[in-house]
Amino acid sequence: MPKQIPVPNDLNKPFWDALNEHKLVVQNCTSCSRLQYPPNGRCGNCGSSEHMEWKEVEGKGHVLEYFVIRDTRIKRLMPDQPLNLALVTLDEDPGINFMSNLPGTPVGEVPVGAPVEIVFEEVGPDQLIHEWRVTGPVPAGSGH
Amino acid sequence: MVTQQDTGWQRDREGLGIWEHRGKVAVAGWGNSPMDRRWNGKSMDQTMGAYAMIAVQRALDDAGLTLDDVDGVMTSPETRVGDTWAPRPFFDPPYDTEDGITLVSGEWLTTQMGMKNVTYIESGARHIGHMMGQAAQAVGDGRAKVLVMYYPMGNIEGRYEQGGQNATDYAHGNSAFTTPWGYQSGAMMNSLMVFEEYCRKYGKQRDGGLANLAVNQRRNGLMTPWGFYTQYEPYQITVEDYMASRYVMEPLRLLDCDRPVNSCAAFVITTSDRAQDMQQPPVYILNHAQSTPQARSTMGVLAEHQEWCRSLARNMWEGSGLQPEDVDVFNPYDGYLTFTQQFLEGFGWHGVGEGEAMDFYQGDLRVEGPHPYLSSGGNNGTGRTRSALHSDCIEQLRGTAGKRQIQIRCETGLAGSNQPGDAGFVMYSKHPS
Repeated sequence: MPKQIPVPNDLNKPFWDALNEHKLVVQNCTSCSRLQYPPNGRCGNCGSSEHMEWKEVEGKGHVLEYFVIRDTRIKRLMPDQPLNLALVTLDEDPGINFMSNLPGTPVGEVPVGAPVEIVFEEVGPDQLIHEWRVTGPVPAGSGH
Repeated sequence: MVTQQDTGWQRDREGLGIWEHRGKVAVAGWGNSPMDRRWNGKSMDQTMGAYAMIAVQRALDDAGLTLDDVDGVMTSPETRVGDTWAPRPFFDPPYDTEDGITLVSGEWLTTQMGMKNVTYIESGARHIGHMMGQAAQAVGDGRAKVLVMYYPMGNIEGRYEQGGQNATDYAHGNSAFTTPWGYQSGAMMNSLMVFEEYCRKYGKQRDGGLANLAVNQRRNGLMTPWGFYTQYEPYQITVEDYMASRYVMEPLRLLDCDRPVNSCAAFVITTSDRAQDMQQPPVYILNHAQSTPQARSTMGVLAEHQEWCRSLARNMWEGSGLQPEDVDVFNPYDGYLTFTQQFLEGFGWHGVGEGEAMDFYQGDLRVEGPHPYLSSGGNNGTGRTRSALHSDCIEQLRGTAGKRQIQIRCETGLAGSNQPGDAGFVMYSKHPS
């Protein structure tokens, strides 16, 4: 699927560079020990700008919720409609969430609560992007 | 000690106490321009600038004032036109820039209308939800004695927001973390994700659960003489019509969405003392409250949206001295019907608690009934002005809402917008205390 191609800036370039090495990193505030994504110049919790470092995380999560895009305003995605838009939480910190089109999952049949893992999708020359793939059934007793 | 100065003009946190200008500021007039679906790109008497001038004049006429009485002007550049007019050619002055076409600055308006006594201009306010509070605070603080606040909302040729970055192959800055997957609007998409989470958590109907609300919004809108549907599509919709409307983002249907229009509303804000001598009975402002939180991550989740609304409500109760049971008219934002229940439950209007809004929606919402929810018809029922929420409160409290006049007690009104992560609400009252 032809997604828009990220254009790295000074702040987020380490994130996109890490993806190109098949690694998922998020910011970590060493002042208050909190993960942060998307990247920001300051910690959203304590406000520190001097204690932000990049930390590699495992790339496993769960599907929190989803809906189906049927009339996007984004030209590059129009040929592929309808498509899932899911919100995926990171297992290491469920307060962190990522967007995903869940490649491989039929449109409108997203198993909410199911485990996912990161996959790396090429969206342009020399640029990978993070996507997520369902890896198993919805766990029993998960409330879903 | 928390003080007002900590956050500028905003009242966006708890602990501020009773608003220092409670009941000392009032709305003395309001007016709106003609409304059409979109500007045709040719008629200079139908530009946003032209419509803003009409709305301001009508608001002043309503208050019994002249242009010379105005010493303050406030507006917002958030006109939701979607795209700029350029790169299309501009026109002869005063339409030789975007100003007057896709936004209308206070400087542009005062010059075109010949306002000679304006000493205070604020053209950078956020949307009307925030701006109504900012205007009230400005008058209370003495920055202006007679302030005209106007809010143009525009719609130009072309499909909405399909230009600019949405038409390119690249995602820059923070959008690199959202638009590649199709995310393009927090109000539409974050709120829809939270709506899905809400329905799943509380076991509510995700597709169709909002149908009765949409039907009632159209009904109220059709009782609004200037509303888009009253003028251009004057027929009532049914639940079947709602269910037949196409998905925009499943389960968000077209009839969950407001209709972009070209229009402007204006309001005269002044001191309560001065309002006594004006043409209309004052509608007093008892408090304003804002909420502009940051989500923890890419999207805010249900628990965050609910707490933002609860906090906004606590802030409103604290500053106004009122409680949920004191609120008669209630007009929370409905630009997409999928987030309105968060405000309903957060403010607890008519006792609606967490997870109960969808059940409330299946009951009697009519203005003649015991729960005249969104008596304005909101954006959904009148077109995307965002101002109907406020003008309805004013008309209800004046007793001039016509067919929409609610039949229950009508002494206070609460209105505001936009979505839970970016909200400003105002408490209106028939009485100053």
